[in-house]
Amino acid sequence: MIAALSFYAFAAILIASAVMVVTSRNPVHSVLFLILAFFNAAGLFLIAGAEFLAMILVIVYVGAVAVLFLFVVMMLDIDFAQLREGFQRYAPIGAVIGAILLIELFMVLATWRFAPEAATLRLNPMPSGVTNAEALGRILYTDNVFLFQACGLVLLVAMIGAIVLTLRERPGTRRQSIAEQVARAGTVSVRSVPLGAGLKEIGIARPPSPEEEEPKQVEHHHGHGGHH
Amino acid sequence: MNWILALPELVLALSGLAILGIGVLPKRNTHFACAMAAVGAFLLAAALAIGAPEGSAFGGQIVSDAFTRFAKVLILIGAAAGVVLSLDYNAREGLDRFEYPVLLVFATLGMLVMVSANDLMSLYIGLELLSLSLYVVAAFNRDDERSAEAGLKYFVLGALASGLLLYGSSLTYGFTGTTNFDRIADALSDPSKASSGLVVGMVFVIVGLAFKVSAVPFHMWTPDVYEGAPTPVTAFFAAAPKVAAIGLFARVLGGPFGDLAGQWQQVIVLISLLSMVLGAFAAIGQSNIKRLMAYSSIGHVGYALVGLAAASEAGMRGLLVYMAIYLLMNLGAFAVLVAMRRQGRAVERVEDLAGLARTDLSMAVWMAIFMFSMAGIPPLAGFFGKMFVFKAAIDAGLWTLAIVGVLSSVVSAFYYLRIVKVMFFDEPAGALDPRPASVSFVMAASGVFTTLFFLYPAPLVAAAQAAVAALLG
Repeated sequence: MIAALSFYAFAAILIASAVMVVTSRNPVHSVLFLILAFFNAAGLFLIAGAEFLAMILVIVYVGAVAVLFLFVVMMLDIDFAQLREGFQRYAPIGAVIGAILLIELFMVLATWRFAPEAATLRLNPMPSGVTNAEALGRILYTDNVFLFQACGLVLLVAMIGAIVLTLRERPGTRRQSIAEQVARAGTVSVRSVPLGAGLKEIGIARPPSPEEEEPKQVEHHHGHGGHH
Repeated sequence: MNWILALPELVLALSGLAILGIGVLPKRNTHFACAMAAVGAFLLAAALAIGAPEGSAFGGQIVSDAFTRFAKVLILIGAAAGVVLSLDYNAREGLDRFEYPVLLVFATLGMLVMVSANDLMSLYIGLELLSLSLYVVAAFNRDDERSAEAGLKYFVLGALASGLLLYGSSLTYGFTGTTNFDRIADALSDPSKASSGLVVGMVFVIVGLAFKVSAVPFHMWTPDVYEGAPTPVTAFFAAAPKVAAIGLFARVLGGPFGDLAGQWQQVIVLISLLSMVLGAFAAIGQSNIKRLMAYSSIGHVGYALVGLAAASEAGMRGLLVYMAIYLLMNLGAFAVLVAMRRQGRAVERVEDLAGLARTDLSMAVWMAIFMFSMAGIPPLAGFFGKMFVFKAAIDAGLWTLAIVGVLSSVVSAFYYLRIVKVMFFDEPAGALDPRPASVSFVMAASGVFTTLFFLYPAPLVAAAQAAVAALLG
């Protein structure tokens, strides 16, 4: 009874918020409704006994993906009026294609019938005797290990692609050279120096850096600590 | 242990990761070393693919048989030639970054997964791995507006096609209860029981694949992407991925949907007809040679699909022979395109070839051979490809298709021969820069194959025959 009630509550809110995602005028509201939809879907998963999926949905989708969406929507100043400009022009042809697909879908559904064994599979979310995470792990890492690794490569290619297309090496950036730091020999020491004295006054030579050779335009700002 | 069957894929994946490591760590430019390593990886994978045992692995998700062997060797040859063509061009255009060979290795890995797929899921993952790498290399010259546009256009339309393919796959899964090709074939063994939902699903899968092979009416991206992408990338696009996608077409329609031939035949006939006609007429007005080759490749896909439309063993064999010949002669033609540069700048108009015979006779002769072969003039290789598919179409009673095919190849001969006329009879437009040895090598190898294929066609035809026997099982 309680399960049925909560199912209908979650499902109703899920559908309502999904509709709001598409229809609300403010994109930030859309993303917030999307988060609400994710929470309700997680609730549905919990009722079906898939607690691992429910937690993952909340952690990954709400915690990371939706928040990222929110950042992007807030940071990009998208002019939605301009985006909708072509809408009127293409609406008729889009409606025709949509109608054709809808009719096809109805024709498909007319021939739909359940396989005899489907009813037994329907409410059997996990094999008995193992936890949710273990059942998922078996599917991912044993049955579908080939696809899992291939998906990993797809993600790697996506990462390489993003770097290739956007990373620009700017000249003159200073980088930490770990190898050189480690290779410093005999010059690492601790000394007690008088307060307020500049490095030059107490005789610690700095390695010459390329910037030092350029004429200094802001000479009077340097080392004022030591001149007082 | 059945992972042995996936050895070419595993080797390619590991070498892709290793090349990435080799490329990232040193401070100096590692483009050349990485490209050579990629070529080595392709050749090693090809050797492993030839010697691969037969069977299916990973719970039936991939399969290894004579067909995968045939397609994999072709793909790896195309990919290796694609890398070799890019060596000099990339260095001159400032595109000599090590990510380029790495991306091509992963794209090729995607193609291998595609052709050995025996499951809708591995098909999709392979296709995505290929497409994602291709989107990036299309935009590889990121400071060039046209290249960036090509990448973006390809990405948006490719994502749409992937969506359609997934929609079709989900309908197929919904109506058969499985994604495995063998079990889909079992479920369809009585075609009269195939529900309309399954047919709709199959049509969507065909649409997704037709986009990837750029068959009309899903070809709109091709001319823009071919024109905008850097020339070696275009050469790569026109070679190996086409073979992989056509091979996938043959696998999907011949295997799981083989018993629905009556349903998909009409779709393929229409696609093939439109591609041949558009490829013939739209290329006539093109002055950019890369755009021209894009329409030419659309036409060639149309001819190849004639073999598929015949839905017979001879037709499938014609399809495979056609794609092998197309791949090898197309590489040569694109080698000429890559070599087209004048005073250090890449040129890509047809007029830039004017009088080439007087400034660089050998290149003009090779190009003339490729153009004659593409037009289908005997005794060059392209003629035999067309002969096989048209003969299969006539045997299958598809007279319209064969007649339209012959007529459109007559029309397309016009623009192929125009290039020959420009090279041999027009006033020279100034000498092209001397071409690098790597490009000359690809050009000559492809030219020798195209010219001498008629002397000894048996090995290729026999390999295609064995592949078809495995495919139609």
